[in-house]
Formats: sequence, structure tokens, C-alpha cells
Amino acid sequence: MKPAGWGELGWAAVLVVLAAFLPLVANGYWLSIGVTAMMYIALSTSWVLFSGPTHYISLATGAFFGVGGYLVGSGMSDYSQSFWLMAAISPIVGAILAALIGFATLRLSGVYFVIFTLGLAEMIRNVVSWVQNNFLGSRGLYVLTDLRDQHIYWMLLVVAAAVYLLGWFVSRSRIGFALRIIGGDETVARHVGINTATAKVILFTSTGFFAALVGAIIAPRWSYIEPNQVFSPQLSFLVVIMALLGGSGRLWGPLVGVIPFTIIWEWVGIQFPNQSILFIGLCFLLIVYFLPQGVVGRLEELRARMRRAS
Amino acid sequence: MRQSGSVLSVKGVTKRFGGLVAVSNMSFDVAEHEMVGVIGPNGSGKTTMMNMISGAFKPTEGRIALKGRVISDLPAQKIAREGVGRTFQLVRLLPGLSVLENVKAGAVFGHRQRWGREADDIAHDMLERVGLDAMSYAPISSLTYIDQKRVELARTLAGEPEVLLLDEWLAGLNPTELETGVELIHALRDEGRTVVMVEHVMDAIRSLCDRCVVMSSGAKIAEGTPDEVLSDREVIRAYLGDDDA
Ligand SMILES: Nc1ncnc2c1ncn2[C@@H]1O[C@H](COP(=O)(O)OP(=O)(O)OP(=O)(O)O)[C@@H](O)[C@H]1O
Ligand SMILES: [Mg+2]
Repeated sequence: MKPAGWGELGWAAVLVVLAAFLPLVANGYWLSIGVTAMMYIALSTSWVLFSGPTHYISLATGAFFGVGGYLVGSGMSDYSQSFWLMAAISPIVGAILAALIGFATLRLSGVYFVIFTLGLAEMIRNVVSWVQNNFLGSRGLYVLTDLRDQHIYWMLLVVAAAVYLLGWFVSRSRIGFALRIIGGDETVARHVGINTATAKVILFTSTGFFAALVGAIIAPRWSYIEPNQVFSPQLSFLVVIMALLGGSGRLWGPLVGVIPFTIIWEWVGIQFPNQSILFIGLCFLLIVYFLPQGVVGRLEELRARMRRAS
Repeated sequence: MRQSGSVLSVKGVTKRFGGLVAVSNMSFDVAEHEMVGVIGPNGSGKTTMMNMISGAFKPTEGRIALKGRVISDLPAQKIAREGVGRTFQLVRLLPGLSVLENVKAGAVFGHRQRWGREADDIAHDMLERVGLDAMSYAPISSLTYIDQKRVELARTLAGEPEVLLLDEWLAGLNPTELETGVELIHALRDEGRTVVMVEHVMDAIRSLCDRCVVMSSGAKIAEGTPDEVLSDREVIRAYLGDDDA
């Protein structure tokens, strides 16, 4: 990820302010799409913080997200804690979990890392379901709050803005530079003096923190939570698809992918509810084959070519 | 050139890969401002020796010290920060980064940990040093082979190392490029740098090295000035095979 400039930060601020007005002009269907899109913007942007520069494709987002949602559900339903307390605890648990996964996967790269994160996410889902069914009573969890769609939307907007701001600082810092070098060649990274383990674990931890926070914030939207539903592996894939579609070379790349994809995804869900997995697979193939650098990467490539030609 | 006190000291170092002994009981010292050549036939363990000094591999036995401090139990990134910089036999650059950023990588995380303007200045200086400043913002893919080698050398120099390890830096260059390359390394020598270089180009070794260590099948078979070792019977036998000796 190239260092982001002040101009880009200004544009981001303008977009955040504009986005804050959406609940005032839209309601019902479009607000609901807005909530979904904002959720994916926060998730994909935080995914890109780590996976963009390092090229480590993580499929663990669903696990962190699920931890967030599940903690809110369990805390409120089983232990009568407030939503706010659980929403504050969730990202910390998500971050700790991510740090542990980060350490466990340090020696893995390429496809091994991908498979490991996917397998681990599935394992967490099964363990949580098992614990829930055997020890905590097999009933689902109720998340009853006064929060409406617009409140959830605004909270997610704040999280997305925070993720962006963090990414902006990271991209201009030593650790951001270190991650780009790690993404290029880890042997070189070590030999120029980079502690590759620390750099990777720190960024991966931030991804877990934000995914769990988003999972916690969105929980009230469903009112009723089942472990099998919040730990959906599908979410991990969607986050990767949207980030790659937009382009993971820029911090704002995911934004470009999320908005059209969310709308298409909603439409597919309604028109072809049984073919959604097929649709995900198809999108993966198309993106990897035709747009490996994402829409943003392709546009930058074209611009560079035009400049050379002129 | 030779001064008292060794900067780098290798003592009884052995590296085994499973049953294969790639380096066996190697010992040698490198003094400050000295340029030491490590030579030997293909597969004799030269690169493995460099890899152990830079921390890419840990020695199976023995130890390596930098200015009296043992470094052979440190990870590569710590050894780099202690002041050992290296180039790779097969050039390793970062294709997603510009030429300048490739060199800056050395300055930012290396021995002195520069940042901001300071790191940029050093990167520009080092590129100028290897004669490549005009290419600062070019993509890596547009570089010729010697230019790639120059970028890698500039990156290593940007880390301000106290000991420089060059693994066949002159290999693969055409005759004109070779001349430029030898000049460049000569300039490093004139600066009084401490260098360990693995090399096959004998003329370069003669003109550059103060001393040579000769390896064969992982072990040291000779040590001395280039002229001494290159006329040594055992060295000739190692290079040419038993029949010709
Ligand atoms: N990572 C490794 N795993 C197993 N064997 C290795 C490894 N690295 C090197 N070797 C073996 O160790 C021996 C020494 O190899 P090395 O690369 O050090 O030789 P070299 O002297 O640098 O040769 P060249 O002149 O061809 O570069 C070879 O037999 C090689 O196959
Ligand atoms: Mg070699």
C-alpha cells in the first residue's frame, strides 16, 4: 500500500461527512443496504490493512466478526450485561484471538496461510456451537436494544472512519513500509533489519479488533443470534471478494468494491437465493482472472499507460 | 590495510542439512578495513557460509562474532541491525516498490534506523554512489541485470553496515559491465570498508582482495594472499580435479 497523502485524507473526511447524512435521506430498503455496505466497508478496509501490503489472504474475518456478535448475544442473554459493555469487550477478545492466530501462523505463507485461517475459523465456529449447545443451553441468544438501523449505521461509519484513519497513519509509518517490504520478499525484509513477526502480528491483531467490533455493533440488527449464523464463513469470502474487486493496493480500494457489490449481492440474494454460493465462487474466479489488481489497480495501470503514451 | 583486532570472526562453524555437511568446521577472521575473498568450486559451501553470517541459517556447530559479540544465535534482522549487510547470489529486489524505496528499505530498518528526509537523502546518496540516481523513480521491472545488482548494493550500503557481504556480486555481468562493477567495488575498498566477498572472477579477486579463504567440500583448504592461494597445489587440485594436479 503506497503512503496516503493529505489530499486523500481530506477527501476521506468529506466522504465521511456526506455519508453521515444517508439516514436522513434514505430509509427502509436503502438504509438497510447502507448498513450492510458500511459494515463491509469497515471489514474490508481493515482486512486490507494487513492483507493489502503483505498479500497474506486471511479467511478468518468471519471468526472475529462472530466472536463480536456472539459475545454481545451471550453477554446480554445469558449474563444480563449491557450492550455497551459487551461491545467494548468484544474487540479486545477479537484482538487477543487474532494475536494468537498471528503467532500460530507466522511460519505459514501462501496457500497454507489461507487454508489455516479458514480451518481455524471453522473450528472456532464449531467449538462455540458445541459449548453453547452442551453447557449454556441450546436456545438462541436475544439481543434486544433500542438501537435502530440509523444508529447502527452511524456507529459503523465511525468505525469505518477510525479504520481508515489508522490505515492512513500506518501507510505513512515505518510499520506500513515494513509490511510492504514483507509483502515483496520476507527474506529481504529480515535482512534489512525488519522484525517480520512483530510487524505482521500487530497488523493482524488490528484486523481482529475491528472485525469483532463490527460484529458486536451489528448484532442488535438481528435481535436473535445463533452461533452458526454469526460465524458465517461466507462473510470471510465476501470481505475478500469486495476488497480484491476494489483493489487492495490502496486504502480506499475496498470502498470502490463494496458499494456495487453489496447492491448486486442483495439482488442475487433475492432473485437466486439458492445460488448465492455459486455466485461467490464465480466472482472469485472472475476477479482473480481478470482483475488481479482490482478496479483501482487497473485504473491506475491504464492511467500510467496513457501518460507514457502521451 | 590490515589493522589489529578482527571485526568478524568465524570459529569452528559447521552446517548440516540432514546428512549433508555443507560447511564443515570453518574458521577465519576479518580485520577492519579488510577485503576478504571466499572462493571455491561450485557447491563448496560459500553461500551457506554467508547465509550463516547474515543469520539466514543458524550454524549447527560453532559460533560467529561481530566485534567480539556473538551473533550466530541472533535472528537475521538483529544481525542486520548489529551492522552486517549483504547482497544475494540471485538478486533479490522488491518489485512492488520503486528503485528509491528499495534502497530506502536499507536505510530505514538497517544499522542506524533512519526515517523521513534523512532516509530519503541516504537512499539518493547511495543511488548516486552506484551511478543510478537517474533511475530513482523507475519501476524495478525496467532495470537491466547490472542495474538490479546496483540497486541491491545501494540498498545494502544504505543500511550503513560495518561488514559487507557480497555473494558473487560480479557474476553474470558482461565484460563492459564487469569493468564497471570492479571499479565500483574498488571504490568501496578505497573507502576502507570491511568486506567479505564470494567470487569466481579470478582477476577481480587478485585486484581486490587482501586475503582469500578457499573452500572445498565445505572445509577450508587454504588461506592467504590471492597469489599465495591461487598457486597452492591443493587449491589447484580442488578446482581442476585430481587428474590435472
Ligand atoms: N537450504 C539448503 N538445504 C539443503 N541443502 C542445501 C541448502 N543450501 C545449500 N545446500 C547444499 O549445500 C551445499 C553447498 O551449497 P552452497 O550454495 O553453499 O555452495 P556455493 O559454494 O555457494 O556454490 P555456488 O558457487 O554454486 O554458488 C550444496 O551441496 C547445496 O546443495
Ligand atoms: Mg553460492
